[in-house]
Amino acid sequence: MDTRNRNRAIFWTILLSLLVPVLMAACGGSDDGPGSLTVYSGRSETLVGPLMQRFEEATDITVSVKYAGTPQLAATLLEEGGNTPADVFFAQDPGGLSAVSGLLVPLPASTLGMVPEWASSPTGVWVGVSGRARTVVYNTERLTPDDLPADMAGFTDPKWKGRIGWAPSNASFQTMVTAMRSMWGEAKTLQWLKDIQANNPSVYPKNTPIVAATAAGEIDVGFVNHYYLHRFLAEEGDSFTARNYHPNAGGPGAIVMVSGVGILSASDNKDNAQRFVDFLLSEPSQQYFVSETFEYPLSAGIPVAKGVTPLSEVNNPDLSSADLADLEGTQTLLREAGIIP
Amino acid sequence: MSISSLTAAGLRSLTGGANTPPAVIWAPAVAVGAVLLLPLVYLVVRTFDSGGEVWDLLFRQRVAAILGRTILLVVTVTGASVMLALPLAWLTTRTDLPFRRAWVVLSALPLVIPSYVAGFIVIAALGPRGMLQQALDGPFGIDRLPDIHGFAGALLTLTFLSFPYVVLTVRAALLRIDPSLEESSRGLGHNNWTTFFSVTLPLLRPGIAAGGLLVALYALSDFGAVSLLRYETFTWAIFVQYESALDRTLGAGLSLSLVVLALAIVGLEVYSRGRARYYSSSSSASRPPSIVPLGRWRWPALAFCATVVAFSLAAPMSVLVYWAARGISAGEPLNLVWEAVRNSVYISALAAVAAVIAALPVAVLSVRYPGVLSGFLERLSYVGFALPGIAIALALVFFGANYAPAIYQTTGLLLLAYVVLFLSPALGAVRTSLLQINPRIEEAARGLGNSPLRAFSSVTLPVARPGIMAGAALVFLLVMKELPATLILSPTGFNTLATSIWSAASEAFFARAALPALLLIAASAVPLSFLMLRERR
Repeated sequence: MDTRNRNRAIFWTILLSLLVPVLMAACGGSDDGPGSLTVYSGRSETLVGPLMQRFEEATDITVSVKYAGTPQLAATLLEEGGNTPADVFFAQDPGGLSAVSGLLVPLPASTLGMVPEWASSPTGVWVGVSGRARTVVYNTERLTPDDLPADMAGFTDPKWKGRIGWAPSNASFQTMVTAMRSMWGEAKTLQWLKDIQANNPSVYPKNTPIVAATAAGEIDVGFVNHYYLHRFLAEEGDSFTARNYHPNAGGPGAIVMVSGVGILSASDNKDNAQRFVDFLLSEPSQQYFVSETFEYPLSAGIPVAKGVTPLSEVNNPDLSSADLADLEGTQTLLREAGIIP
Repeated sequence: MSISSLTAAGLRSLTGGANTPPAVIWAPAVAVGAVLLLPLVYLVVRTFDSGGEVWDLLFRQRVAAILGRTILLVVTVTGASVMLALPLAWLTTRTDLPFRRAWVVLSALPLVIPSYVAGFIVIAALGPRGMLQQALDGPFGIDRLPDIHGFAGALLTLTFLSFPYVVLTVRAALLRIDPSLEESSRGLGHNNWTTFFSVTLPLLRPGIAAGGLLVALYALSDFGAVSLLRYETFTWAIFVQYESALDRTLGAGLSLSLVVLALAIVGLEVYSRGRARYYSSSSSASRPPSIVPLGRWRWPALAFCATVVAFSLAAPMSVLVYWAARGISAGEPLNLVWEAVRNSVYISALAAVAAVIAALPVAVLSVRYPGVLSGFLERLSYVGFALPGIAIALALVFFGANYAPAIYQTTGLLLLAYVVLFLSPALGAVRTSLLQINPRIEEAARGLGNSPLRAFSSVTLPVARPGIMAGAALVFLLVMKELPATLILSPTGFNTLATSIWSAASEAFFARAALPALLLIAASAVPLSFLMLRERR
């Protein structure tokens, strides 16, 4: 009987010690003080965690960050509406920001003016902080840049049958299709999608496995963003058997997109939020994007990282952010072509 | 007629009519049911607030094809998991197999490998030009292996990730079978094989069905593995809506269709369970079952266990170790994320306790007072398990942010999400063990003047302990790797091992993902071993 009582006492002690922090958390509420900031980050902690720390050190503002996928956070913000605890939304792509643009406040002209016009929201509610180029990643044992077509239209040739990888549910891919619709029109874009589909491409959920599969020789080319390759190069060295190719005739396959940031209108910390946005556009942060995430700087004249094609050599078509905004029309087209469900 | 007698009459009609469950049982069970209803309410609201266009999109040919592929995968993964798990469970409970407990712990651990990590590993190791091909290229000149993507890869990955569900539930059932039933079979001249097939196996039916159901629903709800292995299932289609389209309407509509599919699978399980009785009617005290000496079968048995563990645990761990080593030799910093380890273990332990507490009243209701109410609650619990985590998470965001801001983004709401997601594994295990307890023992305890609650806690609970422990262990392992709800609902800045792995792997930093993944397996092994060591011999 004694051991049983002791066991019971141990059980309750453990249970209570587990529960106390929960109750404290539930009663304590959030630390919504003047010295705090809540960020929803669709960019992962691996990539931007150090930037958050630098901001805290530079300003004495305590940052709490919720990291998750950009689309999931956008959906969360839409469900939360005016009750969101977030002050800032830091998104991987403009699609996520556009989806919640109704929940964002306009940014001051001084902030928007720090980046080129194509790199901020058509309505001024978000601003781009780093640039990422669409690219074609190719296997260097099978192909040289000379074997690759001058623009994306060339991949409809039947000789590419079974050799292409793509991620049609990925937001960046869909932005490229939006660019196609702006530059080529609906009919030609739909035909391109159907022709590529006829070439039996391998479908991936995102860019990373495409780059890995290209280097392994499972596919010969993949439609991706430029920086994934450089992460593989950093981990596996120069012997990695894949490189990027920017279609030299330009067109939709050479667009440069942005990751961006916006301030929630429900925020009661807008001053801190504004300081955070300006911090991301400052030269040290821009340098961080260049050297740590292999992206393009948008606000400062900094050279890109070693191995990354300079923006001046990417034949970036002249498109505004408004030209790239209609994600819904693109998804309708992708459904029509039977590419996404 | 007073309100209380009306309530009693209503409850009687909902619970089979014979006897009314006491309030200490039905009140908490109904409360649990209310929480479980939240995601469904949310999905209905989201689906219907935009008018009819959803249905046009839902009933297209492509959806029918996806449905066919999903059913094929669910059926094959479940079958393969049962084939792997039955011998493992029997060998580790009923024979003199060496290192029995070690095999149990090792065979349960694949449960904690996040499915997207498993997907990356399978492709890296078995892909057309993966590690296996590299190894075979030299000696045999094999330039390309058959493509692992598609059905074969999805079946392989999901089977090795989910067969432990069946091992755990069947073991719990084996440990609770009254040995006198098997002994009388042997006494009647049947040998071990005939006894197994004519007595033990039929008695195991609820255990197999409970585990098989979890495997089926897991296969139904998985996104990580099927998307990386490029096998397009229903859940894949749902994620595409949330992932690219931000289309919450279509995502919700597809999720509701998934609920219907899940309910059909649950219906099959309930049907297979039948109306049989699974407890012994004798009053003999429960004794440990007799141990079958393996004799010369010992080596094949050991080889079988070793092969399963090699494929499901050792191989993936080797790939992780390789990634970690390659990264470290390339100068990658060694980030041992102790805070994430602590958070993971803490929240998983808490969730295991919460899920078991929530499961108990529902399980008692379903075993002792079966009726409309218990059937409804049980089916509802499986809906939570079958739905993609993102749908559950958004439902709780919707209710939490707008109607319960005090607990929004606190550990409390996160725990609620885990209970919704993982009540059914706990319920299945607890229910199975309660089924094997003769209700007359409880009645006797009450006849001696004990209150129902006291009779339950002093008679039923101790006997049901293996099942309760198995349920808690399952929930613990599942929460350790849970990702979508953890990302969205946890308090800001609350990092777990699963979120650390995701953060690195999604950006192609495999070396950085490998270390927390190994820590996840190690941190899960410790409590699991502890549980197994305490198990009665």
